[in-house]
Amino acid sequence: MSEKGMNLTLKIWRQKNATSKGKIETYKVADISEHMSFLEMMDVLNEQLINEGQEPIAFDHDCREGICGMCSLHINGEAHGPDRGVTTCQLHMRMFNDGDTIYIEPFRAKAFPVIKDLIIDRTAFDRIQHAGGFVSVNTSGNTQDANALPIPKADADKAFDAATCIGCGACVASCKNASAMLYVSAKVSQFSLLPQGKVEAKDRVLNMVEQMDKEGFGNCTNTGACEVECPKGISLENIARMNSEYLKASITKEA
Amino acid sequence: MKTSIARKVLMALSGFFLLFFLLQHFIINFSSVISEDGFNSASHFMGTNPIIQYGLQPVLIFGVIFHLGMGIYLELQNNKARSVKYAMNKPSANASWMSRNMIYTGLMVMLFLGLHFYDFWIPEIKTKFIDGDMSGALNGVEGTRYFHELQHKFVDVWRVALYCLSFVFLSLHLLHGFQSAFQSVGFSHNRYTPIIKKLGNLYAVVVPLGFVFIALYHYVSQL
Repeated sequence: MSEKGMNLTLKIWRQKNATSKGKIETYKVADISEHMSFLEMMDVLNEQLINEGQEPIAFDHDCREGICGMCSLHINGEAHGPDRGVTTCQLHMRMFNDGDTIYIEPFRAKAFPVIKDLIIDRTAFDRIQHAGGFVSVNTSGNTQDANALPIPKADADKAFDAATCIGCGACVASCKNASAMLYVSAKVSQFSLLPQGKVEAKDRVLNMVEQMDKEGFGNCTNTGACEVECPKGISLENIARMNSEYLKASITKEA
Repeated sequence: MKTSIARKVLMALSGFFLLFFLLQHFIINFSSVISEDGFNSASHFMGTNPIIQYGLQPVLIFGVIFHLGMGIYLELQNNKARSVKYAMNKPSANASWMSRNMIYTGLMVMLFLGLHFYDFWIPEIKTKFIDGDMSGALNGVEGTRYFHELQHKFVDVWRVALYCLSFVFLSLHLLHGFQSAFQSVGFSHNRYTPIIKKLGNLYAVVVPLGFVFIALYHYVSQL
C-alpha cells in the first residue's frame, strides 16, 4: 500500500459554543487515502490537532454506516457533500482530488442552532415528532398477525419508503428557505398510508405542521433541493401528500 | 392563513387564477393578429360587460395584489429561517435557477405591470368610469378604439423591447410556477404529474412567446 494520498486544504467552521461568534479556520491534511470515508478524514485531522495541542473539531457521528442520521455537515456547498444518496459517513474521499480546498460547515437553519463547531441542535425534529409522529396503540404482548389487515402493496411500499427517513436534516440544510417539509411529510406519510396510522391521521398532520411552523423553519417553495440531497431519496410526493392531508384535515376538523 | 401550508396553498390558488386570466388575455390579444374586428368586439365585451368589470375585475386586482404581497411576505420569512448563510453554497447542484429566483422574476413581472397599468389600465378606468364613456368610440377612428390603441403601444422600439424582455421573466416565473402550484395544493400522481410538468413547460414557453410575437407583429406592421 504505497499509493500516494491526497493533500487537502480544509476550511472549517469553528465556534466555541452556542453563544459565541464562529468563523472559518483553515487546516491542512496530508496523505489522505481515497478509500477513507469523510469522517475518517476528519478523524485524521482531529488526531493531528490533538497531537499539536489544539482543540479537536467537534462533529456529530454515531453508526458510521448511514442509518442513524447523526452525521451532518455541509461540504463544499452541499449537505452530505457532492455524492448522491449518501450520508457524510458514507461519503468517500475519492469524490475529491489532490490539492482540493473543501469547505466544511454545519447545517444552517435558525431552527438548528450551532452547539459547537459543526454540531447542531436538531431537537426541533424531536419536538415535531412528539407533536404527532406516533401511533397510540398498545403494542406490547398481544401483537396481531401481520396478514390480518390487508394493505395494498403500493401503499405499504410508499409507507416504508417514507419510513427510511433518518431525520438527519439534510433537507432543511439544502432548502433555500430552510424548510423542514420533506422531513415532516415523510413522518406524516409513513403512518397515514397504513390503516393503523389512519386513525389519528387528521390530528397528526395538523399538530406536526403547527409544531414545524413554531420551530421557525421556512416555507416550502417546491425547489426540490431536499429530494436531491436526501441521503435516503425521500420523494417530494410526500410533501404533496402532506399538503393535501393538511388541507382536508383543516377543512373537516370539528371545532 | 396562519400556517405555512395554508399560505402556500393560497399562493398556488391565486397563481392558478392568474394562469387562467393570462390565457384568456393571450387569446384575446392574439385575435388582434388575425382580425381587427374580432379583437375590437372581444375587447369591447371584456371592457364593458358588467359581470367582468364589476365581478371578475376586482377578483383579478385582489389576486394580483395578494400573489405579490404573499410572495414578498414568504420571501422575507424564508430569509429569516436561515440567519447565518453558508460561506460556500452550491444551489445549482440541486435546484433549478427558476425555482430559486421566483421572487426576482415575479418582481420583474410586477414592474412590467406598473408600465401596463400606466399604459392601459389607468386610461381605461378613466375613460370608462370617470369620464363615463362606455361607447368604445374614438374621434377619427372607424369602429371601436381598441385595435387602434393597441397598435399605438407598439410604435416605440424601446417600449416593444421592454415588453418582450418582461415576457422572458414571465416565462422563467411560469416554468417553475405552473407545476409548483399543483404540488402546493397537494396534487402529485406518478401518471399525471409528468404530464402536468410538460404542460407547464409548454404553457410557460408558448404564452409568453405568443405575447412577444403579437408585439413584434404590430411593431413590424407599422414600420
